[in-house]
Amino acid sequence: MRGRPGLVTAYQRDMAIFPTNTQRVWFAAFALVMALLTFVLSDDLALRGASAAAAAVGAIGLNLVTGWAGQISLGHAFFLGIGAYTAAALGGETGGPLIGLGLEMWIWLPAAGLVAAVAGIVVAPIATRLRGLYLAFVTLGLVFIGEHIFREWDSLTGGIGVGRSAPKPILFGYDLSREGSFLGFTLSAEQQYLLFALVVLLVMGFLAKNLVRGRVGRAFSAIRDRDVAAEIMGINLARHKLIAFAISSFYAGIAGALLWTFVGFIEPRSFSLTLSIVYIAMILIGGAASIMGSIMGAVFITFLPRIVDLLSGYVPFIEDSPTGGFLTVSQVEQILFGLLIVVFLIVEPLGLYGIWIRIRNYWKAWPFSY
Amino acid sequence: MTEFLQATVNGIATGAIYGLLALGFVIIYKSSEVLSFAQSGLMILGAFWVVYFSSVLALNFWLAVLLGVLLSALIGVAIERSMLRPMVGKPAFSVAILTIGLNIALTVIGFDLIGVEIRSLGDPWGIQKVEIGQLVVSQKDVATIVASVIVVGALLAFFRYSRFGLAMRATAIDQETALAQGIPVARVFAVAWAIAAGLATIAGVFLGAGTGVTAAIGVRAIRALPAAVIGGLDSIPGAIVGGLIVGLAEAYTVAYQAEYLGFLGQNFSTAVAYVVMFFVLLVRPYGIFGTREVVRV
Repeated sequence: MRGRPGLVTAYQRDMAIFPTNTQRVWFAAFALVMALLTFVLSDDLALRGASAAAAAVGAIGLNLVTGWAGQISLGHAFFLGIGAYTAAALGGETGGPLIGLGLEMWIWLPAAGLVAAVAGIVVAPIATRLRGLYLAFVTLGLVFIGEHIFREWDSLTGGIGVGRSAPKPILFGYDLSREGSFLGFTLSAEQQYLLFALVVLLVMGFLAKNLVRGRVGRAFSAIRDRDVAAEIMGINLARHKLIAFAISSFYAGIAGALLWTFVGFIEPRSFSLTLSIVYIAMILIGGAASIMGSIMGAVFITFLPRIVDLLSGYVPFIEDSPTGGFLTVSQVEQILFGLLIVVFLIVEPLGLYGIWIRIRNYWKAWPFSY
Repeated sequence: MTEFLQATVNGIATGAIYGLLALGFVIIYKSSEVLSFAQSGLMILGAFWVVYFSSVLALNFWLAVLLGVLLSALIGVAIERSMLRPMVGKPAFSVAILTIGLNIALTVIGFDLIGVEIRSLGDPWGIQKVEIGQLVVSQKDVATIVASVIVVGALLAFFRYSRFGLAMRATAIDQETALAQGIPVARVFAVAWAIAAGLATIAGVFLGAGTGVTAAIGVRAIRALPAAVIGGLDSIPGAIVGGLIVGLAEAYTVAYQAEYLGFLGQNFSTAVAYVVMFFVLLVRPYGIFGTREVVRV
């Protein structure tokens, strides 16, 4: 590492996304490795990776409203659902029994975000009226009301147990869900999904990073730390809560549309409270108020089933088969998921990102202790 | 008119169950300022213990309920000691999320223990009904209402007249001051969790009475949360009132919504509690009986 990375002489540099050239180089190398990995990963892992990247977009969205602006939202599943169904309605097949306009991905993906953002704007005024835990309950109610709407609106969602297929990811005439060749390599559908999701994550991640280091982001943090003090400093509470909810929902909408496109099928019961909690877990385990943390959390939670699967070979009381044994793999996964939240909150409130920072700081001055 | 009265009686019976769950919630919140999402998990687990004692060990039903409540209370204390104690002084949100994680673990374990089939509680009411005039009321509804009145009455008397009840009320007002007065605040937390777990078990027994305990009762238990919020998170009468409001709203929705508000779709009763909560909070942001938060910089 050249120069003195701890020495910052200009505010501009203090606020920079990459304070040092070293970090820029490392990030570029990391992005390159990820891009190259897409060409070699198996379909199964590539699909999980794509889901993780899309989930990371959603987690960043939740982190903006909960981690930065401090507004507890248990309603993220609702916004994910709106995104998924907007995408399905705009991109779905025309002429079928369900609503479908047959539009292309470059229309339905941003539209999914925008419609979800509008829903967020509708909810935001309630957030300006309620504080803290009461807000958590209202957003919790949102999930249940949303679940009811998704269940009953048959012409949009297909109804319970039936569901509908997700829109085709066709981008300017190129179908991502079909095997294609790229620079002479054959890419499977899953690998293309991963590549596309990584690009979306890169763009959305940088946008979010820019937002939180700027005026609006600082206002968010001020509101989180003490809303009354923030108001006295001249921050318009109602306006910034509105912005927080709108942007967060926008991210959720994009994530919802992408995630269920990768799965290929939308079930109305997917958007339950559990899904909201999964996202809360992502930002808590990853690290609140951190973009990198959101991504780490999303990757960790998405790959958790794989990890438990691996464990099941070694731990005696976990059974591979769906019946029999004391606990099945999916049950262990859920319990582990619940306990992970508990353990991270008690032991490491900064999340995976906090662990990473500690490791980094340890090696920074190695072999000296400081 | 009969239909209306019928719906009212049903509503009060379910409302009483929600009230019991909400009460546990409020007691924990008041004494330790922890928002516990774990009530439904505790309820499922509690219902399982009663099933276990009464049908697997073939004990008398009342003895089974008593043992189930005691065992649940012990589990409540253990949870408080191992998971909530380290979180004292942490932000309320973190603790609330922790209880969500805890609830997931408890629910999965409870479901696994109960299994896929319907488990009988061995309760004396079964599916028998009583006829009062033109009303047909199932015996378990009557039992629910009677038992709730007794339990709530006993609890209120405990808070009002016992020495430890006084300690709990003092802790609810101000933890630090209570500690300074020599009140064992840690023990108050433990007892609050024990009471809440016991109440959840009783609620689980009445939710499962008659038809039997299935894994599905957990979904209904979540609706005790809007009940507690409607009444106000820190109000004991509020919990009961909130429970009754939610119970009645659901019963009336079941009875009338298909006829008059059909466009809302089937099974709207599962969502009505949250709609009511929305409107109550818009008008009264701290619930009906909740204390207004004083905001200082």
